[in-house]
Amino acid sequence: MSPRDAGTVSSGFERSPTMDILLQQIINGLTTGSVYAVVALGYTMVYGVIQLINFAHGEVVMIGAMVAFSVISALAGGSLPPLAIVLAGVIAAIPACMAIGYLLERAAYRPLRHAPRLAPLITAIGMSIILQHLALLIWGRNPLAFPQIIDNRVFAIGGAAISSVQIAIILMSLAMMAGLSWFVYRTRFGIAIRATAENVHVAGLMGVNADRVIAATFVIGAGLGAVAGVMYGSYYGIAHYTMGFSLGLKAFSAAVLGGIGNIAGAMLGGILLGLVEALGTGYVGDLTDLCRWPGAGGDIGWMGAHCADGAHFVLFGSNYQEVFAFLMLILVLVFRPSGLLGERVSERA
Amino acid sequence: MARALIEALNLEVHYGGIAAVKGISFAVEQNEIVCLIGANGAGKTSTLKALARMIPSRGEIHYGGEHIEALPSHRLIGRGLALVPEGRGIFARLTIAENLAMGAYHRRDAAGIASDFERVYGLLPRLKERARQVAGTLSGGEQQMLAIGRALMGRPRLLLLDEPSMGLAPLMVEKVFEVIRAVAAEGMTILLVEQNARLALEVCSRGYVMESGLITLADSSAALLADPRVRSAYLGE
Repeated sequence: MSPRDAGTVSSGFERSPTMDILLQQIINGLTTGSVYAVVALGYTMVYGVIQLINFAHGEVVMIGAMVAFSVISALAGGSLPPLAIVLAGVIAAIPACMAIGYLLERAAYRPLRHAPRLAPLITAIGMSIILQHLALLIWGRNPLAFPQIIDNRVFAIGGAAISSVQIAIILMSLAMMAGLSWFVYRTRFGIAIRATAENVHVAGLMGVNADRVIAATFVIGAGLGAVAGVMYGSYYGIAHYTMGFSLGLKAFSAAVLGGIGNIAGAMLGGILLGLVEALGTGYVGDLTDLCRWPGAGGDIGWMGAHCADGAHFVLFGSNYQEVFAFLMLILVLVFRPSGLLGERVSERA
Repeated sequence: MARALIEALNLEVHYGGIAAVKGISFAVEQNEIVCLIGANGAGKTSTLKALARMIPSRGEIHYGGEHIEALPSHRLIGRGLALVPEGRGIFARLTIAENLAMGAYHRRDAAGIASDFERVYGLLPRLKERARQVAGTLSGGEQQMLAIGRALMGRPRLLLLDEPSMGLAPLMVEKVFEVIRAVAAEGMTILLVEQNARLALEVCSRGYVMESGLITLADSSAALLADPRVRSAYLGE
């Protein structure tokens, strides 16, 4: 052990900076992860019912953020209290996104319901591009900034910091997930959605109108996505017409991680993905700092002068943030394609 | 003669260019138990699916004094027509209680649904013990019972049963048919499709024999059981 390290070794209950970073990354990961989870629900519900990856869902989320930001900016100068302004933005975004979700299903996917599976998938990618450019036409290519109307207080917990925006995002996401679970597992229409996901023909025999169930999954997913978009945008302080792309792909990865089509899986996958991403980003620099590798640092290490005087030689920095979600997606697809909770109960012959 | 509850006239079913049902006519009257027997591929399942509007067909279908050819499948249970599909079609990831609740999906009378839960649990006590379990954990025979119980939850006027004995052990087949007899004894109108001709004819009062998409024989069960053609082709004698 080099003398430099000796000072950071914690003894007893004394906190080490490393632990603070860990806790901080967990808080950050839970924040983004709960947003991923809410967006992932939109992918997984639609997939569960019609086996379609609705690649336009990320764009629906983006439009939710754009609509909300426009409303919030318009109201920001007025006399309304900040919370009411944000709420007005969310309330405007939800029906806007629901309408888009409904129109997507009705105009783009329903006519292709019985077409080969590749056709609706390519259409979904097309709809994603159309929505993105529609947003570009309406809101322009510059990002919209979240007006500084909320006093974002920061609380210290155990050496890390959590902001009131982070607390609000985590609590709202948990509430939405709980609400959706209640709806899907406890209500008559929710049971019908799950029955339709399992066997659309037999559900029809029970009197379930499949068109209504399918449209409902799009509308519910879009409504959740609208709130997710506002949360994501306000967390980073900006909304941009391209934001739906990477957010959508990450949420899709989260849905696959949890087991696509599985509602609990989407929630678990989203939160796990957020944590992996935050922890990965937080530690990848330290872990790939060659000067910290055994025998490499100091004046006599094999890295030689590169590490002299406590210098760093970092291979992968935190700019690799975007890599983790997709690395995880690839690992899941290779080692457990059905996802964490994607184990299907077999119907016995 | 009483007006038939369901009647098909020149019913045809085509898959692509292939005719599975080639213009058949039959009827089931109120409180009758009628069976449709025949070999694998004779067109029995296609006939039931056409009656339940799960697949398109040509010809006329009258049910309860109304043409139903143009109705979508999900509009029929509200009119009292229930189909227990081939292969049971239970919702394996839903619990047994949820499966039964789906059977009553079209109904709004909470009290009536609650009393039908008790009725079905009384008929099928195994299901009550395991109401909170997912249906995929049931054995094949129990799944068949569940599928029948689920159909009964819709309080149907006409029950279409598609191959209820398929893939079941002989002991389980006995039990499933005991349930069918019990339901029949309550006065349910049933159209039963079966490959197991002897079992079916023992339960039913009348039967139709289907061969390559056509009805070749129609008679009382007793007459069909005695018919040498039926005996050699379907009863293994």
